[in-house]
Amino acid sequence: MRKSNVFLVSLFLLLLGFVITLVDAGVRQHQAASKHESGIALVRQFGLTDLALFTEARYTRHLSQADFHSAFQDHPMAFEHFPTGSLVPPPLRMR
Amino acid sequence: MLAFLRKQKYLIDYTLASLLRRKGKNVGLLTVYTLIVFMLASVMLFAHGLRHEAGLVLQSTPEIIVQRMQAGRHAMIPAEYLQRIGRMRGVTKKEGRLWGYYYDSAVKANYTVMTGGQTDAVLSEIAIGSGIARVRGLAIGDYLTLRSQSGDAFSFKITAVLDTESELVSADLLLMAPGAFRHVFGTEEGLYTDLVLSVRNPREVSKVAEKLAKLLPDTRLITREEILRTYDAVFSWRQGVVFILLVGAVLAFVIFAWDKASGLSAEERREIGVLKAIGWETADIMRMKFWEGAIISLTAFLIGYVAAYVHVFFASASLFEPVLKGWSVLYPRFRLTPSVDGLQAATLFFFSVLPYIVATIVPIWRTSITDPDAVMR
Repeated sequence: MRKSNVFLVSLFLLLLGFVITLVDAGVRQHQAASKHESGIALVRQFGLTDLALFTEARYTRHLSQADFHSAFQDHPMAFEHFPTGSLVPPPLRMR
Repeated sequence: MLAFLRKQKYLIDYTLASLLRRKGKNVGLLTVYTLIVFMLASVMLFAHGLRHEAGLVLQSTPEIIVQRMQAGRHAMIPAEYLQRIGRMRGVTKKEGRLWGYYYDSAVKANYTVMTGGQTDAVLSEIAIGSGIARVRGLAIGDYLTLRSQSGDAFSFKITAVLDTESELVSADLLLMAPGAFRHVFGTEEGLYTDLVLSVRNPREVSKVAEKLAKLLPDTRLITREEILRTYDAVFSWRQGVVFILLVGAVLAFVIFAWDKASGLSAEERREIGVLKAIGWETADIMRMKFWEGAIISLTAFLIGYVAAYVHVFFASASLFEPVLKGWSVLYPRFRLTPSVDGLQAATLFFFSVLPYIVATIVPIWRTSITDPDAVMR
């Protein structure tokens, strides 16, 4: 087989893969409505405000409920020392 | 048209043969290029997916949360604040909430304890999030013992483990009856953690918040819009932080690629000289070099992007987990719903593919317009 044919077929397959990602995203988003239902119901019932992504400290667990003080209130002159703290900014209304 | 396509195929044949002559160098370049696209696309898809998920799930979060502050710290709010708020135009529902954190020293994890407000819930029963069930090895029917404020141990029967589909918001949740909460945390009757207000018309939220701020000066108000904006900003920020960390790698690659693409080796110069001497036109050489740039950059982009998609949406972005986890013991297991931002994907394409093609063509154009004899010497 000619090299150009091998390349063009591979390129076609890769392009197909790219298109499949777009189609897959569309289809799975459509299907995800039911997947999100239980989460949305919990949020509504208990008034949840935050994602359980960073559970190490309370100001990172409930990021939207935090204020400027909460990261430093362990004791006077306390430093903020949780790893997540260096990666998440304070809530928007604080800035 | 057919002749044009045939010509391009011959050019691709020649270009591939020429690339394969310097196999080690080009395969190395393709690998690094693919890895860079993979990392950038992974960060982009992951941040966008999380932002999309947060926006969707947190859509039904309370419209207004009222928290009492004392000396810069959050303080319990007396139930009489509900009476002080009274009847306010636009507010359809107002109630006190009880919630807090429980540190479980057995597994060194923080739980979020919530109450549903239902007064008839059985005191000795709880529901737990699937993250807690996993970390503690608990199932329905088991007992979980919590140590109360006064030092007494309370055993709760687990009656439900929350759905794994909702893990992104519920991994660390522990749901109990309000009475049990007051027992465990020693919260007196008539005190709540905070108050939540429902406002029917979203456009009235800021007006209601303004009135509340005047009425209850020792409180701070958090609106749903702020919560949603905070999450939007968090993932943009994280994406920005990771991009900054990647800048070093990207710059190293840019230097490497630029050097490879623009600095012509003596061998390449000679090749161009020979091609011109045997009758290739400048345009043909430029087309050949265009194909060289396109073959490498298109392949790298497509492999990198598809691999990133699989990594983020099928392998739960496992490479990022250590960064996101921090010191969290409880980490939700979640599979993001794919969501691709067309504009971001297009930006990634233009910034990864086009510069490389341009960088390959420009120096060739300079060389190929000179006399073959001078180039070969």
